[in-house]
Amino acid sequence: MTISRRTLLAAAPVAAAALAAPSLARAQNAGRVVIIGGGFGGASAARFARDRFPALDVTLIEQNRTFTTCPYGNLVLAGRRTIESITFGYERLAARGVRVVHQRATAIDPQAKRVRLSDGAEVPYDRLVVSPGIDLRWGAIERYDQAASARMPHGWAPYVQPITVLERQLREMRQGGVFVMAIPDNPFRCPPGPYERISMVAEYFKRHNPRAKILALDAKNGFSKQPLFQDAWEELYPGMIEWRGASNDGRVTAVNPEALECVTEFRDRVRGDVVNVIPPQMAGQIARDAGLANASGWCPIKPATFESAQVSDIWVLGDATIAAPMPKSGFAASTQAKHAIACIAASLAGREPPPAVYFNTCYSHVGEDYGISIVGVFRGGERLTEVEGSGGISPRNSALPADRRAEFRRLEAIYADGWYDAITGEMFG
Amino acid sequence: MRIPSLAAAALLACGTAAAQVPDGALLGSACAGCHGVTGEGGHGIPSIRQMHGREHFVELMRAFRANERPNTVMGRIARGYTEAEIAALAAHFARAQ
Ligand SMILES: Cc1cc2nc3c(=O)[nH]c(=O)nc-3n(C[C@H](O)[C@H](O)[C@H](O)COP(=O)(O)OP(=O)(O)OC[C@H]3O[C@@H](n4cnc5c(N)ncnc54)[C@H](O)[C@@H]3O)c2cc1C
Ligand code: HEC
Repeated sequence: MTISRRTLLAAAPVAAAALAAPSLARAQNAGRVVIIGGGFGGASAARFARDRFPALDVTLIEQNRTFTTCPYGNLVLAGRRTIESITFGYERLAARGVRVVHQRATAIDPQAKRVRLSDGAEVPYDRLVVSPGIDLRWGAIERYDQAASARMPHGWAPYVQPITVLERQLREMRQGGVFVMAIPDNPFRCPPGPYERISMVAEYFKRHNPRAKILALDAKNGFSKQPLFQDAWEELYPGMIEWRGASNDGRVTAVNPEALECVTEFRDRVRGDVVNVIPPQMAGQIARDAGLANASGWCPIKPATFESAQVSDIWVLGDATIAAPMPKSGFAASTQAKHAIACIAASLAGREPPPAVYFNTCYSHVGEDYGISIVGVFRGGERLTEVEGSGGISPRNSALPADRRAEFRRLEAIYADGWYDAITGEMFG
Repeated sequence: MRIPSLAAAALLACGTAAAQVPDGALLGSACAGCHGVTGEGGHGIPSIRQMHGREHFVELMRAFRANERPNTVMGRIARGYTEAEIAALAAHFARAQ
Protein backbone atom coordinates (compact mmCIF):
# COMPACT_ATOMS: atom_id res chain seq x y z
CA MET A 1 0.00 0.00 0.00
CA THR A 2 1.60 3.20 -1.15
CA ILE A 3 0.01 5.27 1.53
CA SER A 4 1.35 3.41 4.53
CA ARG A 5 4.78 3.04 2.99
CA ARG A 6 4.95 6.72 2.22
CA THR A 7 3.81 7.70 5.70
CA LEU A 8 6.38 5.39 7.21
CA LEU A 9 9.19 6.75 5.05
CA ALA A 10 8.24 10.37 5.67
CA ALA A 11 8.63 10.03 9.41
CA ALA A 12 10.78 12.72 10.97
CA PRO A 13 12.61 11.82 14.20
CA VAL A 14 11.68 15.13 15.87
CA ALA A 15 7.97 14.64 15.40
CA ALA A 16 8.18 10.99 16.35
CA ALA A 17 9.78 11.95 19.64
CA ALA A 18 6.91 14.36 20.28
CA LEU A 19 4.41 11.48 20.13
CA ALA A 20 3.16 9.77 23.25
CA ALA A 21 5.83 7.46 24.63
CA PRO A 22 3.61 4.33 24.88
CA SER A 23 3.07 4.27 21.13
CA LEU A 24 6.82 4.28 20.61
CA ALA A 25 7.23 1.39 23.00
CA ARG A 26 4.58 -0.62 21.20
CA ALA A 27 5.64 -3.02 18.49
CA GLN A 28 5.78 -1.60 14.96
CA ASN A 29 2.92 -3.97 14.16
CA ALA A 30 -0.53 -2.68 13.45
CA GLY A 31 -2.94 -2.52 16.37
CA ARG A 32 -6.54 -2.91 17.37
CA VAL A 33 -8.71 -0.08 16.12
CA VAL A 34 -12.20 0.01 17.58
CA ILE A 35 -14.82 2.30 16.06
CA ILE A 36 -18.03 3.34 17.84
CA GLY A 37 -20.84 4.35 15.46
CA GLY A 38 -21.39 2.98 11.96
CA GLY A 39 -22.58 6.18 10.29
CA PHE A 40 -20.78 8.60 7.97
CA GLY A 41 -17.71 8.92 10.17
CA GLY A 42 -17.52 5.36 11.49
CA ALA A 43 -18.40 3.35 8.37
CA SER A 44 -16.04 5.50 6.25
CA ALA A 45 -13.27 4.95 8.80
CA ALA A 46 -13.80 1.18 8.81
CA ARG A 47 -13.76 0.91 5.01
CA PHE A 48 -10.71 3.14 4.65
CA ALA A 49 -8.81 1.24 7.32
CA ARG A 50 -9.48 -2.08 5.56
CA ASP A 51 -8.58 -0.73 2.11
CA ARG A 52 -5.45 1.18 3.01
CA PHE A 53 -4.10 -0.40 6.20
CA PRO A 54 -5.06 -4.08 5.93
CA ALA A 55 -2.81 -5.02 8.84
CA LEU A 56 -5.03 -3.07 11.25
CA ASP A 57 -7.52 -5.08 13.26
CA VAL A 58 -10.84 -3.24 12.85
CA THR A 59 -13.95 -3.61 15.02
CA LEU A 60 -17.06 -1.54 14.33
CA ILE A 61 -19.61 -1.16 17.13
CA GLU A 62 -23.01 -0.05 15.84
CA GLN A 63 -26.23 -0.31 17.82
CA ASN A 64 -28.48 -0.87 14.79
CA ARG A 65 -28.55 -3.60 12.11
CA THR A 66 -29.15 -1.07 9.35
CA PHE A 67 -28.25 2.55 8.74
CA THR A 68 -30.69 5.02 7.21
CA THR A 69 -28.96 8.12 5.89
CA CYS A 70 -30.09 11.60 6.83
CA PRO A 71 -29.03 12.73 3.36
CA TYR A 72 -31.86 12.11 0.90
CA GLY A 73 -34.35 11.84 3.77
CA ASN A 74 -35.73 15.12 2.48
CA LEU A 75 -36.27 13.41 -0.89
CA VAL A 76 -38.44 10.87 0.90
CA LEU A 77 -40.61 13.82 2.02
CA ALA A 78 -40.78 15.01 -1.59
CA GLY A 79 -41.99 11.56 -2.67
CA ARG A 80 -38.94 10.98 -4.83
CA ARG A 81 -37.30 8.30 -2.72
CA THR A 82 -38.42 5.45 -0.50
CA ILE A 83 -36.93 4.86 2.93
CA GLU A 84 -35.68 1.48 1.69
CA SER A 85 -33.58 3.18 -0.99
CA ILE A 86 -31.68 5.17 1.65
CA THR A 87 -31.18 2.28 4.09
CA PHE A 88 -28.05 0.11 4.10
CA GLY A 89 -26.71 -2.99 5.85
CA TYR A 90 -23.26 -3.79 7.21
CA GLU A 91 -22.78 -7.11 5.38
CA ARG A 92 -20.32 -5.73 2.83
CA LEU A 93 -18.20 -4.08 5.49
CA ALA A 94 -18.13 -7.38 7.35
CA ALA A 95 -17.14 -9.17 4.14
CA ARG A 96 -14.25 -6.74 3.82
CA GLY A 97 -12.89 -7.95 7.11
CA VAL A 98 -14.42 -5.49 9.56
CA ARG A 99 -15.60 -7.17 12.77
CA VAL A 100 -19.10 -5.69 13.04
CA VAL A 101 -20.67 -5.85 16.49
CA HIS A 102 -24.32 -4.83 16.75
CA GLN A 103 -24.38 -3.61 20.34
CA ARG A 104 -24.67 -0.26 22.01
CA ALA A 105 -21.42 1.00 23.52
CA THR A 106 -22.34 1.97 27.08
CA ALA A 107 -19.01 3.06 28.56
CA ILE A 108 -15.38 3.74 27.70
CA ASP A 109 -12.54 3.15 30.12
CA PRO A 110 -9.68 5.22 28.70
CA GLN A 111 -7.19 3.95 31.32
CA ALA A 112 -7.79 0.25 30.71
CA LYS A 113 -8.52 1.09 27.02
CA ARG A 114 -11.74 -0.87 26.89
CA VAL A 115 -15.24 -0.28 25.56
CA ARG A 116 -18.18 -1.80 27.45
CA LEU A 117 -21.15 -3.04 25.43
CA SER A 118 -24.82 -3.25 26.39
CA ASP A 119 -24.55 -7.06 26.67
CA GLY A 120 -21.78 -6.63 29.25
CA ALA A 121 -18.94 -7.67 26.96
CA GLU A 122 -15.76 -5.58 26.89
CA VAL A 123 -13.76 -4.74 23.77
CA PRO A 124 -10.09 -3.78 24.19
CA TYR A 125 -8.51 -1.23 21.88
CA ASP A 126 -5.18 0.36 21.07
CA ARG A 127 -6.84 3.31 19.35
CA LEU A 128 -10.51 4.22 19.63
CA VAL A 129 -12.60 6.14 17.10
CA VAL A 130 -15.86 7.69 18.34
CA SER A 131 -18.39 8.88 15.75
CA PRO A 132 -21.79 8.64 17.49
CA GLY A 133 -23.50 11.57 15.76
CA ILE A 134 -25.86 13.77 17.71
CA ASP A 135 -28.35 13.57 20.53
CA LEU A 136 -31.29 15.93 20.69
CA ARG A 137 -31.50 18.32 23.63
CA TRP A 138 -34.91 17.43 24.94
CA GLY A 139 -36.36 20.33 26.92
CA ALA A 140 -34.07 22.97 25.38
CA ILE A 141 -37.27 24.11 23.70
CA GLU A 142 -39.75 24.14 26.59
CA ARG A 143 -42.02 21.06 26.55
CA TYR A 144 -40.29 19.59 23.50
CA ASP A 145 -39.45 16.10 24.75
CA GLN A 146 -39.54 12.63 23.23
CA ALA A 147 -43.31 12.35 23.73
CA ALA A 148 -43.89 15.72 22.06
CA SER A 149 -41.73 14.62 19.12
CA ALA A 150 -44.32 11.99 18.18
CA ARG A 151 -46.82 14.79 17.47
CA MET A 152 -44.24 17.30 16.28
CA PRO A 153 -41.58 15.17 14.58
CA HIS A 154 -37.98 16.27 14.16
CA GLY A 155 -36.84 13.84 11.48
CA TRP A 156 -33.25 14.84 12.27
CA ALA A 157 -31.71 11.64 13.64
CA PRO A 158 -32.91 8.41 11.97
CA TYR A 159 -31.69 6.27 14.89
CA VAL A 160 -34.09 8.23 17.14
CA GLN A 161 -37.04 8.73 14.77
CA PRO A 162 -37.42 7.61 11.15
CA ILE A 163 -38.23 10.27 8.57
CA THR A 164 -41.41 8.32 7.76
CA VAL A 165 -43.13 9.77 10.85
CA LEU A 166 -42.95 13.24 9.34
CA GLU A 167 -43.66 11.85 5.86
CA ARG A 168 -46.94 10.32 7.06
CA GLN A 169 -48.10 13.59 8.63
CA LEU A 170 -47.25 15.46 5.45
CA ARG A 171 -49.27 13.04 3.33
CA GLU A 172 -52.26 13.37 5.66
CA MET A 173 -52.19 17.16 5.92
CA ARG A 174 -55.41 18.94 4.92
CA GLN A 175 -55.51 20.83 1.63
CA GLY A 176 -54.41 24.41 2.09
CA GLY A 177 -52.86 23.67 5.49
CA VAL A 178 -49.77 25.20 7.04
CA PHE A 179 -46.47 23.36 7.52
CA VAL A 180 -44.50 25.00 10.33
CA MET A 181 -40.81 24.38 10.90
CA ALA A 182 -38.68 25.37 13.90
CA ILE A 183 -34.98 25.65 13.04
CA PRO A 184 -32.20 25.88 15.65
CA ASP A 185 -29.26 28.20 16.08
CA ASN A 186 -25.70 27.12 15.13
CA PRO A 187 -24.05 24.72 15.59
CA PHE A 188 -26.34 21.91 14.46
CA ARG A 189 -26.27 18.89 12.13
CA CYS A 190 -26.27 19.83 8.44
CA PRO A 191 -26.46 23.62 8.11
CA PRO A 192 -28.26 23.56 4.71
CA GLY A 193 -30.52 20.64 5.73
CA PRO A 194 -33.54 22.59 7.00
CA TYR A 195 -33.63 24.68 3.83
CA GLU A 196 -33.36 21.65 1.57
CA ARG A 197 -36.26 20.26 3.60
CA ILE A 198 -38.33 23.40 3.03
CA SER A 199 -37.60 23.02 -0.69
CA MET A 200 -38.54 19.33 -0.86
CA VAL A 201 -41.75 19.88 1.12
CA ALA A 202 -42.56 22.74 -1.26
CA GLU A 203 -41.97 20.45 -4.25
CA TYR A 204 -44.42 17.96 -2.76
CA PHE A 205 -47.02 20.66 -2.03
CA LYS A 206 -46.71 22.11 -5.52
CA ARG A 207 -47.90 18.77 -6.88
CA HIS A 208 -50.28 17.52 -4.23
CA ASN A 209 -51.38 20.43 -2.04
CA PRO A 210 -50.87 23.60 -4.08
CA ARG A 211 -52.63 25.97 -1.64
CA ALA A 212 -50.53 24.82 1.33
CA LYS A 213 -48.09 27.23 2.97
CA ILE A 214 -44.72 26.76 4.64
CA LEU A 215 -43.71 28.93 7.59
CA ALA A 216 -40.12 28.55 8.80
CA LEU A 217 -39.28 29.95 12.25
CA ASP A 218 -35.53 30.28 12.53
CA ALA A 219 -33.36 31.01 15.58
CA LYS A 220 -30.76 32.55 13.24
CA ASN A 221 -30.66 35.64 11.04
CA GLY A 222 -29.05 33.95 8.07
CA PHE A 223 -28.35 30.47 6.76
CA SER A 224 -26.21 28.31 4.49
CA LYS A 225 -26.56 28.96 0.74
CA GLN A 226 -29.28 31.52 1.63
CA PRO A 227 -29.22 33.58 -1.59
CA LEU A 228 -29.38 30.41 -3.71
CA PHE A 229 -32.26 28.94 -1.73
CA GLN A 230 -34.23 32.18 -1.69
CA ASP A 231 -33.73 32.80 -5.42
CA ALA A 232 -34.93 29.26 -6.11
CA TRP A 233 -37.96 29.54 -3.79
CA GLU A 234 -39.09 32.70 -5.54
CA GLU A 235 -38.59 31.07 -8.92
CA LEU A 236 -40.11 27.65 -8.20
CA TYR A 237 -42.60 28.18 -5.37
CA PRO A 238 -43.70 31.83 -5.49
CA GLY A 239 -45.79 32.87 -2.46
CA MET A 240 -45.60 29.48 -0.74
CA ILE A 241 -42.68 29.93 1.67
CA GLU A 242 -42.27 32.43 4.49
CA TRP A 243 -38.96 32.47 6.39
CA ARG A 244 -38.78 34.36 9.70
CA GLY A 245 -35.31 34.95 11.15
CA ALA A 246 -34.37 35.63 14.78
CA SER A 247 -34.65 39.41 14.54
CA ASN A 248 -38.14 38.90 13.17
CA ASP A 249 -39.15 36.89 16.26
CA GLY A 250 -38.33 33.58 14.58
CA ARG A 251 -36.76 31.89 17.59
CA VAL A 252 -39.02 29.14 19.00
CA THR A 253 -38.61 28.81 22.78
CA ALA A 254 -41.54 26.54 23.69
CA VAL A 255 -44.14 24.25 22.14
CA ASN A 256 -47.66 23.18 23.01
CA PRO A 257 -47.85 19.70 21.55
CA GLU A 258 -51.65 19.31 22.15
CA ALA A 259 -52.34 22.42 20.09
CA LEU A 260 -49.54 21.79 17.53
CA GLU A 261 -48.29 25.21 18.48
CA CYS A 262 -44.86 26.89 18.60
CA VAL A 263 -44.23 29.78 20.98
CA THR A 264 -41.60 32.32 19.97
CA GLU A 265 -39.21 34.41 22.02
CA PHE A 266 -41.67 37.33 22.11
CA ARG A 267 -44.65 35.10 22.84
CA ASP A 268 -46.13 34.85 19.38
CA ARG A 269 -48.16 31.63 19.13
CA VAL A 270 -47.88 29.91 15.76
CA ARG A 271 -50.15 26.95 15.02
CA GLY A 272 -49.47 24.53 12.21
CA ASP A 273 -51.28 21.58 10.65
CA VAL A 274 -47.96 19.77 10.59
CA VAL A 275 -45.14 21.02 12.81
CA ASN A 276 -41.53 19.93 12.27
CA VAL A 277 -39.39 20.92 15.26
CA ILE A 278 -35.63 20.58 14.81
CA PRO A 279 -34.35 21.06 18.36
CA PRO A 280 -30.88 22.10 19.53
CA GLN A 281 -28.39 19.25 19.64
CA MET A 282 -25.23 17.94 21.30
CA ALA A 283 -22.67 15.17 20.83
CA GLY A 284 -24.00 11.60 21.16
CA GLN A 285 -24.25 10.29 24.73
CA ILE A 286 -21.27 7.92 24.67
CA ALA A 287 -18.97 10.83 23.79
CA ARG A 288 -20.35 12.98 26.61
CA ASP A 289 -20.24 10.11 29.13
CA ALA A 290 -16.62 9.35 28.24
CA GLY A 291 -15.49 12.90 28.98
CA LEU A 292 -14.85 13.74 25.35
CA ALA A 293 -17.21 16.75 25.34
CA ASN A 294 -16.69 20.10 27.03
CA ALA A 295 -19.34 22.32 28.66
CA SER A 296 -20.80 23.14 25.23
CA GLY A 297 -21.90 19.51 24.82
CA TRP A 298 -19.59 19.08 21.79
CA CYS A 299 -16.14 17.48 21.60
CA PRO A 300 -12.96 19.53 21.14
CA ILE A 301 -10.39 17.87 18.86
CA LYS A 302 -6.83 18.55 17.75
CA PRO A 303 -7.29 20.06 14.29
CA ALA A 304 -4.17 18.37 12.89
CA THR A 305 -5.41 14.84 13.63
CA PHE A 306 -8.99 14.82 15.02
CA GLU A 307 -7.66 13.19 18.15
CA SER A 308 -9.64 14.18 21.21
CA ALA A 309 -8.21 17.29 22.89
CA GLN A 310 -9.31 15.82 26.23
CA VAL A 311 -8.60 12.08 26.26
CA SER A 312 -5.56 10.45 24.67
CA ASP A 313 -5.71 7.59 22.15
CA ILE A 314 -9.29 8.46 21.27
CA TRP A 315 -10.25 10.10 17.96
CA VAL A 316 -13.63 11.83 17.64
CA LEU A 317 -15.27 12.39 14.25
CA GLY A 318 -18.19 14.00 12.57
CA ASP A 319 -21.13 15.85 14.05
CA ALA A 320 -19.99 15.23 17.64
CA THR A 321 -16.89 17.40 17.20
CA ILE A 322 -16.15 21.11 17.43
CA ALA A 323 -14.71 21.53 13.95
CA ALA A 324 -15.86 24.93 12.71
CA PRO A 325 -15.38 26.23 10.06
CA MET A 326 -16.09 22.68 8.82
CA PRO A 327 -19.85 22.01 8.83
CA LYS A 328 -21.46 19.05 10.55
CA SER A 329 -21.93 17.08 7.34
CA GLY A 330 -21.59 13.50 6.17
CA PHE A 331 -18.91 14.37 3.63
CA ALA A 332 -16.92 16.26 6.28
CA ALA A 333 -17.21 13.28 8.65
CA SER A 334 -15.93 10.93 5.94
CA THR A 335 -12.80 12.99 5.16
CA GLN A 336 -12.13 13.43 8.88
CA ALA A 337 -12.43 9.65 9.17
CA LYS A 338 -9.86 8.93 6.48
CA HIS A 339 -7.41 11.42 7.89
CA ALA A 340 -7.93 10.06 11.41
CA ILE A 341 -7.25 6.50 10.26
CA ALA A 342 -4.04 7.61 8.53
CA CYS A 343 -3.02 9.40 11.75
CA ILE A 344 -3.89 6.34 13.84
CA ALA A 345 -1.81 4.09 11.60
CA ALA A 346 1.06 6.56 11.88
CA SER A 347 0.71 6.83 15.64
CA LEU A 348 0.66 3.03 16.09
CA ALA A 349 3.90 2.87 14.14
CA GLY A 350 5.34 5.77 16.14
CA ARG A 351 5.41 8.06 13.12
CA GLU A 352 4.48 11.64 12.39
CA PRO A 353 0.89 12.20 11.19
CA PRO A 354 0.37 13.26 7.55
CA PRO A 355 -0.48 16.91 6.79
CA ALA A 356 -4.16 17.56 7.47
CA VAL A 357 -6.36 18.44 4.50
CA TYR A 358 -10.12 18.05 4.97
CA PHE A 359 -12.87 18.46 2.45
CA ASN A 360 -16.58 19.05 2.22
CA THR A 361 -19.27 19.35 -0.39
CA CYS A 362 -22.96 19.56 0.45
CA TYR A 363 -25.37 19.32 -2.45
CA SER A 364 -28.98 20.34 -1.87
CA HIS A 365 -31.98 19.57 -4.04
CA VAL A 366 -34.29 22.56 -4.25
CA GLY A 367 -36.64 21.41 -7.00
CA GLU A 368 -36.99 19.21 -10.03
CA ASP A 369 -33.78 19.40 -12.09
CA TYR A 370 -32.52 22.02 -9.68
CA GLY A 371 -29.50 21.38 -7.44
CA ILE A 372 -27.07 23.69 -5.66
CA SER A 373 -23.89 23.10 -3.70
CA ILE A 374 -21.37 24.42 -1.23
CA VAL A 375 -17.70 23.37 -1.20
CA GLY A 376 -14.91 23.81 1.32
CA VAL A 377 -11.27 22.71 1.52
CA PHE A 378 -9.78 22.95 5.01
CA ARG A 379 -6.38 22.59 6.61
CA GLY A 380 -5.63 21.60 10.15
CA GLY A 381 -2.62 22.94 11.98
CA GLU A 382 -2.95 24.68 15.29
CA ARG A 383 -6.39 25.68 14.05
CA LEU A 384 -8.81 24.55 11.38
CA THR A 385 -8.89 27.02 8.53
CA GLU A 386 -10.62 27.14 5.18
CA VAL A 387 -8.29 27.61 2.22
CA GLU A 388 -8.69 31.17 1.08
CA GLY A 389 -9.95 31.65 -2.48
CA SER A 390 -11.34 28.11 -2.71
CA GLY A 391 -14.75 26.61 -2.13
CA GLY A 392 -17.95 28.59 -1.71
CA ILE A 393 -21.45 28.24 -3.08
CA SER A 394 -22.72 27.69 -6.63
CA PRO A 395 -23.03 30.89 -8.65
CA ARG A 396 -26.26 32.85 -8.26
CA ASN A 397 -28.56 33.25 -11.24
CA SER A 398 -27.28 36.79 -11.75
CA ALA A 399 -23.73 35.44 -12.19
CA LEU A 400 -24.71 32.85 -14.81
CA PRO A 401 -25.39 33.58 -18.49
CA ALA A 402 -29.15 33.20 -19.06
CA ASP A 403 -28.64 30.34 -21.50
CA ARG A 404 -26.53 28.34 -19.01
CA ARG A 405 -28.63 28.70 -15.83
CA ALA A 406 -31.06 25.84 -16.25
CA GLU A 407 -28.32 23.50 -17.42
CA PHE A 408 -26.09 24.37 -14.45
CA ARG A 409 -28.87 23.65 -11.92
CA ARG A 410 -29.85 20.48 -13.75
CA LEU A 411 -26.27 19.20 -13.77
CA GLU A 412 -25.84 19.86 -10.05
CA ALA A 413 -29.02 17.89 -9.32
CA ILE A 414 -27.62 14.94 -11.30
CA TYR A 415 -24.18 15.20 -9.68
CA ALA A 416 -25.85 15.23 -6.27
CA ASP A 417 -27.17 11.74 -7.04
CA GLY A 418 -23.63 10.81 -8.11
CA TRP A 419 -22.31 12.05 -4.78
CA TYR A 420 -24.94 10.07 -2.86
CA ASP A 421 -24.16 6.82 -4.67
CA ALA A 422 -20.40 7.35 -4.39
CA ILE A 423 -20.31 8.09 -0.68
CA THR A 424 -22.81 5.44 0.38
CA GLY A 425 -21.09 2.99 -1.98
CA GLU A 426 -17.85 3.66 -0.19
CA MET A 427 -19.44 3.13 3.23
CA PHE A 428 -21.65 0.15 2.52
CA GLY A 429 -20.82 -1.13 -0.98
CA MET B 1 -2.17 29.99 24.11
CA ARG B 2 -1.83 32.75 21.54
CA ILE B 3 -4.42 32.51 18.85
CA PRO B 4 -2.75 32.99 15.47
CA SER B 5 -4.36 35.26 12.91
CA LEU B 6 -5.99 33.64 9.91
CA ALA B 7 -3.03 34.51 7.74
CA ALA B 8 -0.57 33.14 10.26
CA ALA B 9 -2.57 29.95 10.58
CA ALA B 10 -2.64 29.56 6.81
CA LEU B 11 1.12 30.06 6.65
CA LEU B 12 1.56 27.55 9.42
CA ALA B 13 -0.61 25.01 7.61
CA CYS B 14 1.22 25.61 4.33
CA GLY B 15 4.53 25.32 6.14
CA THR B 16 3.53 21.95 7.52
CA ALA B 17 2.37 20.74 4.13
CA ALA B 18 5.48 22.00 2.39
CA ALA B 19 7.73 20.29 4.90
CA GLN B 20 6.35 16.91 3.90
CA VAL B 21 5.62 15.20 0.62
CA PRO B 22 1.86 15.45 0.06
CA ASP B 23 0.18 12.07 0.35
CA GLY B 24 -1.63 11.59 -2.96
CA ALA B 25 -3.61 8.55 -1.85
CA LEU B 26 -4.89 10.29 1.26
CA LEU B 27 -5.68 13.54 -0.58
CA GLY B 28 -7.35 11.53 -3.35
CA SER B 29 -9.59 9.76 -0.87
CA ALA B 30 -11.66 12.97 -0.63
CA CYS B 31 -12.25 12.88 -4.40
CA ALA B 32 -13.78 9.43 -3.92
CA GLY B 33 -16.77 11.09 -2.23
CA CYS B 34 -17.98 12.05 -5.72
CA HIS B 35 -15.81 10.19 -8.24
CA GLY B 36 -16.16 6.84 -6.43
CA VAL B 37 -13.66 4.75 -4.45
CA THR B 38 -11.65 3.85 -7.54
CA GLY B 39 -12.34 7.12 -9.36
CA GLU B 40 -14.80 5.35 -11.64
CA GLY B 41 -17.37 8.20 -11.73
CA GLY B 42 -21.12 7.88 -12.27
CA HIS B 43 -24.31 9.94 -12.78
CA GLY B 44 -22.45 12.16 -15.20
CA ILE B 45 -19.50 12.69 -12.85
CA PRO B 46 -16.55 11.78 -15.11
CA SER B 47 -14.18 8.93 -14.38
CA ILE B 48 -10.74 10.03 -13.20
CA ARG B 49 -9.43 6.51 -12.94
CA GLN B 50 -6.26 6.00 -14.98
CA MET B 51 -7.93 8.16 -17.58
CA HIS B 52 -5.30 10.82 -17.82
CA GLY B 53 -1.56 10.94 -18.06
CA ARG B 54 -0.13 12.91 -15.16
CA GLU B 55 0.43 15.97 -17.28
CA HIS B 56 -3.06 15.97 -18.68
CA PHE B 57 -4.48 15.61 -15.17
CA VAL B 58 -2.43 18.57 -13.95
CA GLU B 59 -3.55 20.59 -17.00
CA LEU B 60 -7.19 19.82 -16.24
CA MET B 61 -6.82 20.85 -12.60
CA ARG B 62 -5.05 24.07 -13.58
CA ALA B 63 -7.75 24.86 -16.11
CA PHE B 64 -10.45 24.27 -13.45
CA ARG B 65 -8.58 26.53 -11.06
CA ALA B 66 -8.47 29.33 -13.59
CA ASN B 67 -12.11 28.66 -14.59
CA GLU B 68 -10.84 28.15 -18.10
CA ARG B 69 -12.66 24.83 -18.39
CA PRO B 70 -16.44 24.77 -17.98
CA ASN B 71 -17.36 23.28 -14.61
CA THR B 72 -20.01 23.28 -11.93
CA VAL B 73 -17.86 22.43 -8.93
CA MET B 74 -14.28 21.54 -9.86
CA GLY B 75 -13.12 25.16 -10.00
CA ARG B 76 -14.12 25.68 -6.38
CA ILE B 77 -12.38 22.41 -5.47
CA ALA B 78 -9.17 22.78 -7.49
CA ARG B 79 -8.46 26.21 -5.98
CA GLY B 80 -8.13 24.52 -2.58
CA TYR B 81 -5.02 22.53 -3.47
CA THR B 82 -1.36 23.51 -3.93
CA GLU B 83 0.69 22.69 -7.03
CA ALA B 84 2.56 20.01 -5.08
CA GLU B 85 -0.72 18.45 -3.96
CA ILE B 86 -2.09 18.43 -7.49
CA ALA B 87 1.09 16.69 -8.66
CA ALA B 88 0.63 14.09 -5.90
CA LEU B 89 -3.03 13.63 -6.90
CA ALA B 90 -2.00 13.22 -10.54
CA ALA B 91 0.51 10.53 -9.59
CA HIS B 92 -2.08 8.78 -7.44
CA PHE B 93 -4.82 8.69 -10.07
CA ALA B 94 -2.38 7.62 -12.78
CA ARG B 95 -1.81 4.37 -10.88
CA ALA B 96 -4.15 1.42 -10.86
CA GLN B 97 -6.52 1.89 -7.95
C1 LIG C 1 -32.10 16.22 6.69
C2 LIG C 1 -30.61 16.03 6.62
C3 LIG C 1 -29.97 16.09 5.39
C4 LIG C 1 -28.58 15.93 5.33
N1 LIG C 1 -27.99 16.01 4.09
C5 LIG C 1 -26.64 15.91 3.99
C6 LIG C 1 -26.00 15.97 2.72
O1 LIG C 1 -26.64 16.15 1.68
N2 LIG C 1 -24.65 15.85 2.68
C7 LIG C 1 -23.91 15.64 3.79
O2 LIG C 1 -22.70 15.53 3.69
N3 LIG C 1 -24.49 15.57 5.02
C8 LIG C 1 -25.83 15.68 5.15
N4 LIG C 1 -26.45 15.60 6.38
C9 LIG C 1 -25.58 15.51 7.60
C10 LIG C 1 -25.14 14.08 7.91
O3 LIG C 1 -26.24 13.23 8.05
C11 LIG C 1 -24.33 14.06 9.19
O4 LIG C 1 -23.41 15.11 9.20
C12 LIG C 1 -23.60 12.73 9.35
O5 LIG C 1 -24.55 11.70 9.53
C13 LIG C 1 -22.62 12.77 10.52
O6 LIG C 1 -21.92 11.57 10.63
P1 LIG C 1 -21.56 10.95 12.06
O7 LIG C 1 -20.69 9.80 11.81
O8 LIG C 1 -21.10 12.06 12.94
O9 LIG C 1 -22.96 10.50 12.66
P2 LIG C 1 -24.04 9.48 12.06
O10 LIG C 1 -23.90 9.37 10.60
O11 LIG C 1 -25.35 9.92 12.59
O12 LIG C 1 -23.65 8.08 12.69
C14 LIG C 1 -23.75 7.83 14.06
C15 LIG C 1 -23.96 6.33 14.26
O13 LIG C 1 -23.56 5.97 15.57
C16 LIG C 1 -24.47 5.06 16.12
N5 LIG C 1 -24.33 5.17 17.58
C17 LIG C 1 -24.49 6.29 18.35
N6 LIG C 1 -24.21 6.03 19.63
C18 LIG C 1 -23.85 4.71 19.68
C19 LIG C 1 -23.42 3.85 20.74
N7 LIG C 1 -23.33 4.29 22.00
N8 LIG C 1 -23.13 2.56 20.44
C20 LIG C 1 -23.23 2.09 19.16
N9 LIG C 1 -23.63 2.86 18.14
C21 LIG C 1 -23.92 4.16 18.39
C22 LIG C 1 -25.81 5.50 15.55
O14 LIG C 1 -26.74 4.43 15.57
C23 LIG C 1 -25.41 5.90 14.12
O15 LIG C 1 -25.49 4.81 13.24
C24 LIG C 1 -27.83 15.71 6.50
C25 LIG C 1 -28.48 15.66 7.73
C26 LIG C 1 -29.85 15.83 7.80
C27 LIG C 1 -30.54 15.76 9.13
C1 HEC D 1 -18.50 17.36 -5.20
C2 HEC D 1 -18.20 16.31 -6.15
C3 HEC D 1 -16.77 16.22 -6.63
C4 HEC D 1 -15.65 16.07 -5.86
C5 HEC D 1 -15.55 15.95 -4.35
C6 HEC D 1 -14.55 16.00 -6.78
N1 HEC D 1 -15.00 16.11 -8.06
FE1 HEC D 1 -13.83 16.14 -9.76
N2 HEC D 1 -15.50 16.40 -10.90
C7 HEC D 1 -16.78 16.56 -10.40
C8 HEC D 1 -17.65 16.98 -11.47
C9 HEC D 1 -19.13 17.25 -11.33
C10 HEC D 1 -16.85 17.09 -12.63
C11 HEC D 1 -17.27 17.62 -14.01
C12 HEC D 1 -16.85 19.10 -14.08
C13 HEC D 1 -17.71 20.00 -13.17
O1 HEC D 1 -18.91 20.11 -13.39
O2 HEC D 1 -17.16 20.60 -12.19
C14 HEC D 1 -15.50 16.68 -12.24
C15 HEC D 1 -14.41 16.62 -13.10
C16 HEC D 1 -13.13 16.30 -12.72
C17 HEC D 1 -11.99 16.16 -13.64
C18 HEC D 1 -12.04 16.28 -15.14
C19 HEC D 1 -12.27 14.94 -15.75
C20 HEC D 1 -12.49 15.03 -17.23
O3 HEC D 1 -12.04 14.10 -17.92
O4 HEC D 1 -13.08 16.01 -17.71
C21 HEC D 1 -10.91 15.88 -12.86
C22 HEC D 1 -9.49 15.66 -13.36
C23 HEC D 1 -11.34 15.84 -11.49
N3 HEC D 1 -12.69 16.09 -11.46
C24 HEC D 1 -10.51 15.60 -10.42
C25 HEC D 1 -10.92 15.64 -9.08
C26 HEC D 1 -10.02 15.52 -7.97
C27 HEC D 1 -8.54 15.33 -8.07
C28 HEC D 1 -10.78 15.62 -6.85
C29 HEC D 1 -10.33 15.58 -5.40
C30 HEC D 1 -9.36 16.59 -5.03
C31 HEC D 1 -12.15 15.78 -7.27
N4 HEC D 1 -12.20 15.79 -8.63
C32 HEC D 1 -13.22 15.89 -6.39
C33 HEC D 1 -17.20 16.37 -9.11
C34 HEC D 1 -16.36 16.24 -8.01
